[in-house]
Amino acid sequence: MDILSLFVVVPIITVLFLGFAKDLKQSRVIALVGSLVQFAMSVNLIFAYLKERAVNTDIMVFVRDLTWFETFNIHYAIGVDAISVVMIALTAVIVLAGVFISWAVDDLPKEFFISLIILSTGVFGFFISIDLFTMFVFYEIAVIPMYLLIGIWGSGPKEFSAMKLTLMLMGASAVLSVGIFGIYFNSNAGGGPLTFNILEIAQVNIPVAAQNLFYPMTFVGFAVLGALFPFHTWSPSGHASAPTAVSMLHAGVLMKLGGYGVFRIAMYLLPVGALNWADFFLVLAATGVVYGAMGAIMQKDLKYINAYASVSHLGLVLFALLMFNKTAWNGAIIQSLSHGLLTAMFFALIGMVYGRTHTRDIAKLGGIMKILPFIGAVYVITGLAYLGLPGFSGFVAEMNIFVGAFQHDDTFHRVLTILAVSSIVVTAVYILRMVGKIMMGPLSNEEYKDLPKATWYEKTGLVILMIPVLIIGLMPFGLSEMLKESIQPFLERLL
Amino acid sequence: MDFSYTIWIPLIPLALFVILGLGSKKIPPSISGWMGSIGLGTSFALSVYTAYKYFSVGKVNGVYEAIIYKTNWLNFTETLHIDMGVLIDPISVMMLIVVSTISFMVHLYSRGYMKGDDGFTRFFAYLGLFSFSMLGLVMATNLFQIYIFWELVGASSYLLIGYYYTKPSAVAASKKAFIVTRFADFGFLVGILIMGYYTGTWDFMELNNPEGPAIMNWAATSFMGMSVITWALILIFMGGAGKSAMLPFHIWLPDAMEGPTPVSALIHAATMVVAGVYLVARLFPMFYFVDDGFALQVVAYVGAISSLFAAIIALTQYDIKRVLAFSTMSQIGYMMLALGVSKYEGHEGLGYMASMFHLFTHAMFKALLFLGAGSVIHAIHSNDMRDMGGLRKYMPITHITFLIAALSISGFPLFAGFFSKDEILAAAFENNMLIYISSVFVAGLTAFYMFRLYFSIFWGKDTKYEHAPHESPMSMKVPMIFLAFMSIAGGYIHFSEYVSADRVPFAAHLNYGLAAIATTVGLIGIALAYVFYKKENNLAEKFSNAFGVFYKWAYHKFYFDEVYIFVTKKIIFGMGAAPIAWFDKNVVDASMIGVGNVTERFSYKIKGMQSGKFQDYAMSFIGGGVVIAIVIFYIWIN
Repeated sequence: MDILSLFVVVPIITVLFLGFAKDLKQSRVIALVGSLVQFAMSVNLIFAYLKERAVNTDIMVFVRDLTWFETFNIHYAIGVDAISVVMIALTAVIVLAGVFISWAVDDLPKEFFISLIILSTGVFGFFISIDLFTMFVFYEIAVIPMYLLIGIWGSGPKEFSAMKLTLMLMGASAVLSVGIFGIYFNSNAGGGPLTFNILEIAQVNIPVAAQNLFYPMTFVGFAVLGALFPFHTWSPSGHASAPTAVSMLHAGVLMKLGGYGVFRIAMYLLPVGALNWADFFLVLAATGVVYGAMGAIMQKDLKYINAYASVSHLGLVLFALLMFNKTAWNGAIIQSLSHGLLTAMFFALIGMVYGRTHTRDIAKLGGIMKILPFIGAVYVITGLAYLGLPGFSGFVAEMNIFVGAFQHDDTFHRVLTILAVSSIVVTAVYILRMVGKIMMGPLSNEEYKDLPKATWYEKTGLVILMIPVLIIGLMPFGLSEMLKESIQPFLERLL
Repeated sequence: MDFSYTIWIPLIPLALFVILGLGSKKIPPSISGWMGSIGLGTSFALSVYTAYKYFSVGKVNGVYEAIIYKTNWLNFTETLHIDMGVLIDPISVMMLIVVSTISFMVHLYSRGYMKGDDGFTRFFAYLGLFSFSMLGLVMATNLFQIYIFWELVGASSYLLIGYYYTKPSAVAASKKAFIVTRFADFGFLVGILIMGYYTGTWDFMELNNPEGPAIMNWAATSFMGMSVITWALILIFMGGAGKSAMLPFHIWLPDAMEGPTPVSALIHAATMVVAGVYLVARLFPMFYFVDDGFALQVVAYVGAISSLFAAIIALTQYDIKRVLAFSTMSQIGYMMLALGVSKYEGHEGLGYMASMFHLFTHAMFKALLFLGAGSVIHAIHSNDMRDMGGLRKYMPITHITFLIAALSISGFPLFAGFFSKDEILAAAFENNMLIYISSVFVAGLTAFYMFRLYFSIFWGKDTKYEHAPHESPMSMKVPMIFLAFMSIAGGYIHFSEYVSADRVPFAAHLNYGLAAIATTVGLIGIALAYVFYKKENNLAEKFSNAFGVFYKWAYHKFYFDEVYIFVTKKIIFGMGAAPIAWFDKNVVDASMIGVGNVTERFSYKIKGMQSGKFQDYAMSFIGGGVVIAIVIFYIWIN
């Protein structure tokens, strides 16, 4: 078994074992062991990758290719570069933290953990694939459990939210599938068989007219998942209804598939289309950055605030990708990591507050820090990290994005860049408003006096997420250099 | 010359922050107070040693050399990168002394002032974080490093203003301080980005080299009639104006007084608020040479106007800490205008030296004023000067030290403030008459409001106190006595031999004529305050009534807060965020739901099948997608 396929196999084995679990205690232990193994594998993968990269200059390393379906030339083709490696690590970290956060899930625990692990299988599979078809299959594997997780374990108008989320993402998938088939049917411009392998497609130049047609489909198909304005509305209601661990995983990892797909497929395979459509999508992305931040100011539900904040922060990822230079792209990837970790922290914290007070309405919350000092302190720290304070990952990401975006000196880019930079102020407004309202001030409700303190598993979950945030924030040099090397071949396609 | 050990000066407070922050529940107050004090004492000792060593051996051919240790922290492009390091030159060494002295004194003082507070250890952890950030800021080797620490001091200021986090006014004040300065930092960041793009470097040594490409090529690109570098400098100054509470970003400073008083002394009087002055001083050659000093003119006028504006408001306030806050703003205006009127070489760079000199002396006496105010507040549990009076009998040490500080800030001869203020006025006199006249007037106002404060607290009416006020404990008295000493002795340092715009020492002399004018104006201010406030009388009331509307405006701080509230609430929230939220719910989201509904009805009609099952919808979506794909493909290949 090769080092990458294990990322798909281990979750499947975990799911099989979970099938035999009898109760909450057994299922969570199995899920924990499974996610710990994944975590260890992902750490190992980083080192293995660095070692391999020193001797191997291919775009992708650990490549493996098995024919799956001869007639259409579909392969199970896998391989990774630095970008997929860090994304895999992100997924493993968030799944592990998610298991801790869901330690006491009381409703159908076995099925819950099964859905959670299946979801992570899809995500891991997506990140290791270098074959469009395989990638698309894994993508669907990741999206389907989401419906069940929200529809069954969610809260509020959960069926409606689950339906809306799934339908919008399915709609996006449909558009995406058109784009992918478009790429596939044009993949033999130089003659020879059609192929789904992205490295092989990158060798040919797809006709310009086809690029112009299929690029927006592929881009939008992925970007809906990355909460591209105006296709972001599945996210607030979906998150609001989703259980904590699902929100964590969804906002933390699944939404990153969007930016990743845009980068890996849309821009890499359809470079001419990417350049032709750049300005249009750039306007949408920059709008999303400010629009999401402004939208977050007015929200009353904690999860809505976080969902709109995600629209803003992931808008920044797309914004950076559309800048087509190494610095901005580096920022986009670090922003994906940073946002994944921080938003997972926020959702975990919101879940903890909600689990105790049974409300997410900020008007009803207040002064929680006095009662729950650990949760309060982490909430404030996460807030500060989220608004881009130096020392945390968000700062590194944003500065890369802004410096990268500033390399374009025409008025169009300048105006949009300054607009995007202004989001740092608006972000401060909604974060501090939220933190000030719910954590500080006088205690809003006397009943909150006896709220139970943070448990060991909640603390563990938060610490697991915080550590990488600090590592990236304090020592960004290594990560940034490692990513840049892998960005280079993708950038060259566009220049 | 090995100065690499200076890295420990900021790292010690950082270590304190980490240890005290993680152990805030477990470390008892007695230990954390001493840990903080000893740690900062070490940083203080190292700073003094550094200053001694640097100023005795730092000169090469009569010019102070800059000594740099740095490492690459993050690469952006081939040319642009962030370095982390320490820069040792005259102004950074001077700032090290200022920051570590005040921080050390505040640590000592807080052991007494914060005694019995629930969050004692947490408080010292925050102080450690602040000290680290501020020390890192002053030693920064490049613009981006300064920005990083700039944000960190902002965050620690946020945490410390909101230290009493159950108090809504403190929470609101901390939020306001952070957001207003963040808005200014938005300008700062854009300025940095512009600077980086057009000069290709953020390194201070490269930027500030008068013969270097950054300064020589300022005219290469222009935007709206000005060099882009000038725009960058003005935007960078915007960040400085935010931190230093210059107009129009000053509104956060009076509210920041909600924080514990030692914090006001440390952050909002002596160190963080002068970061803007330091920033301009740090980039002084750029400000001076680029575009013939246009950006520097902006600095001068913003400083002068803020100085006058704040002094007028300070006359009317009753909260003793707010009087001091406006006084701080006014004095920082002095420092800014001194930089603004300064030139570069030799004695012409007097303003630069005066600004740094005043920064130094002001840190000492203003911190002392705050510590004295804290001592008073500690004793009678009120901030309002109308609740005070006759306290000299109860608190002799506080009284004497406060008097020394008040005399110093008023420019009374032979006190520290006298010397530094005289240099500022001399620099203004030589370069800009309008600013000079305004500054002299401000000197008079300063003396008046300071002694209004002094007489109201320590003389005035004999207030009956419920509990007899008592003098503060030794832990609070010692720092006050030390700072009182510095508020006199600080003036006798020959600053021009150490700090100058071009790093070449020069000789500055007291200008007796100008000093006489300033002293007379100051004495008139003190005399008026004596008449009005020494004994209880209604002269002051009559006097303020004579000004009528103008008094009311000044009392309401010229309604700046109201304007800000109008802009944020009505325009940004009301016309920005609220419509966006509405639009999102009723247009964007509604149209998505609408599409869903239409699809549902459509499928119902054509298929006569409404299972309500998600799988069916998903199938039709995917199926439809595939059909479209095939059709498009078919069209394509034909």
